[in-house]
Amino acid sequence: MAAVAARHIKKQFGEVLAVNDISLSVNDGEFLVLLGPSGCGKTTFLRILAGLEHQSSGDILIGGENVNEVPPRARGIAMVFQGYGLYPHLTVASNIAFPLKTQNTPRDEIKRKVKWATELLSIDHLVDRRPRQLSGGERQRVALARALVREPTVFLLDEPLSNLDAKLRTSARSELKQFQQTVRTSTVYVTHDQVEAMGMGDRIAVIDHGQLRQVGTPTEIYDQPADEFVATFLGTPPMNLVERDGGSLGFRPEHFLPREMLNGSPLAEMPFRIDRMEYLGSERILYGEIEGRRAKRLVTAKLPAHAASDSLRAGDKHAFAVRRSELHFFDKQGRRTREGVVQ
Amino acid sequence: MTAIAEGARPAVRRPRFMLDRTEFMGPLFIAPAILYVVVLVALPFFLAIYYSVSAYTIFNPSYHFVGLKNLDEVLKSDIFRHTLGNTFFFTIVSQIFGLLLGKVGAMLLIQDFPGRGIARALVVLPWAVPVSLAVLAWKWMFDSLYSVINWTLMAVGLMDPMNPAQWLGTTDLAMAAVITVHAWRLFPFGVVIFLAGLTSVPKEVLDAATVDGAGFWRRNYVIIMPIILPIITIALIFGTVFTFTDLSVVYLLTNGGPVNSTQVLGSLGFQVGVLSGDVSHGAVICLFLFPFLLLATIVLLKVLRKREI
Repeated sequence: MAAVAARHIKKQFGEVLAVNDISLSVNDGEFLVLLGPSGCGKTTFLRILAGLEHQSSGDILIGGENVNEVPPRARGIAMVFQGYGLYPHLTVASNIAFPLKTQNTPRDEIKRKVKWATELLSIDHLVDRRPRQLSGGERQRVALARALVREPTVFLLDEPLSNLDAKLRTSARSELKQFQQTVRTSTVYVTHDQVEAMGMGDRIAVIDHGQLRQVGTPTEIYDQPADEFVATFLGTPPMNLVERDGGSLGFRPEHFLPREMLNGSPLAEMPFRIDRMEYLGSERILYGEIEGRRAKRLVTAKLPAHAASDSLRAGDKHAFAVRRSELHFFDKQGRRTREGVVQ
Repeated sequence: MTAIAEGARPAVRRPRFMLDRTEFMGPLFIAPAILYVVVLVALPFFLAIYYSVSAYTIFNPSYHFVGLKNLDEVLKSDIFRHTLGNTFFFTIVSQIFGLLLGKVGAMLLIQDFPGRGIARALVVLPWAVPVSLAVLAWKWMFDSLYSVINWTLMAVGLMDPMNPAQWLGTTDLAMAAVITVHAWRLFPFGVVIFLAGLTSVPKEVLDAATVDGAGFWRRNYVIIMPIILPIITIALIFGTVFTFTDLSVVYLLTNGGPVNSTQVLGSLGFQVGVLSGDVSHGAVICLFLFPFLLLATIVLLKVLRKREI
């Protein structure tokens, strides 16, 4: 059964259509990531699920029940905000107890649940502190604990890692994923960071300009992008797109290799003129143009750092190729089509 | 090496670099403020303290030291004790109304509605209008014959046209009148303070409270109020000290009357010390609350620092 289902959700802010007809469902226990660039409407969609915004049209179902007219507190959701939204004047324990107090939970039970949540997230030594006395990572855990004690049907997380520094973010990412696997609560996680999305999501929903572009597992999203937007939004560097008759041809930089490194399977060969190279330690990124083909941006190739390092120099022309099975075809509207012709 | 040694000249203090030096510019910039405080606040203040323990009157300007005799006499005076009671009543009630109106006003003005900018500007008017002008307008509204308040109350049938209220002529109503005007003058300050407080509460905290199930009252009194408490405390200290020492509304509207029913320490001190020329007793009356206000301010600020979040 779907924990959360959204049907034809639209949200209009004045002239702007922030969410344009999104239908999406979150399965029980699933970790679904909403991924998209800033301002694409993903946070608005999350706030609509929470009930903090009201959709202009469409239905929200949580646990099988239509919650269109149900206020946030009665929707069975818990939300973790980007800045955590902790109550600055309350101690950690009181912060975590707050949602229980509003439900008039008996005092013993509040105590028991706060203890359980703080132990689960190993913040039981911090219960008497106030939020400003905590580090970013600790605050994030307090926010999670506060969400957890409500035993919600679904967690809604709005970029909870974006306020952490890069190193902490990596460890927090795996902790968060592990935590979700322990409690098995359905989770909707908003981010603009593709690494977070790929690393954490059971499924990813890619959103752009208020529209749902593709929903699928990380592998599906990466290997079979539904359109040019998804293809170029994921991957660093993004997928190369070159023009062809009736649309465009795409291939990932890591699949675009010197001819001599590929053998066996049928290849599409392309002469590559290298403009410049970047050495990134574990790999090298080559920027250049393909002779006889037009592209909107410079074409990139991603090679292991020391592969063919002698024969490749900036300014050279070199025979490159892509396995035909790794080519992607898009029509004039940018949508994925089946195998096309590479002339 | 020799070249370097030749190049190093002894350090010369050139006057044009004086303007770059904080130890010179700092005192220069702060001097006018210090001068102002010393000449116009500190000097009169210490003079007043001396007057209060001397036998100084304008008819007999002697600096003869009499100790606490003046204080003793003032404390024995019925008018003074009555005035002290009035002052507390006037201050506390007008503070309560001022802050309440300020809170309600701020909660209305934080909503988004067409014309909010104009409404916010208009609210500040009672504060910005010169007190003499404002009190003149109020005086007409409380007039025994032309009172627009009475006229309205009669029109809706809440007042007997044969027996209109004498706002400034009866003791209780006169007190109500001065409190009304003072609260009206204070409330824009309350609105501004509360608005600043309300806008400083992060939206995420409010959203979190909504999701966590806090309704209107809980959100207001368990989340918002404690967060903006420091700012309100400051407003309260300001308002209280300002009201305890203020005489303008009372002086202009009722001049302390009828029969001293609206007399406050400020207006009594002015009457005794300036109008009647008994400077030493006037000084005692004016300084009477100073030690208490000082103590209250220190305690409140201490509490505030401890609570800082």
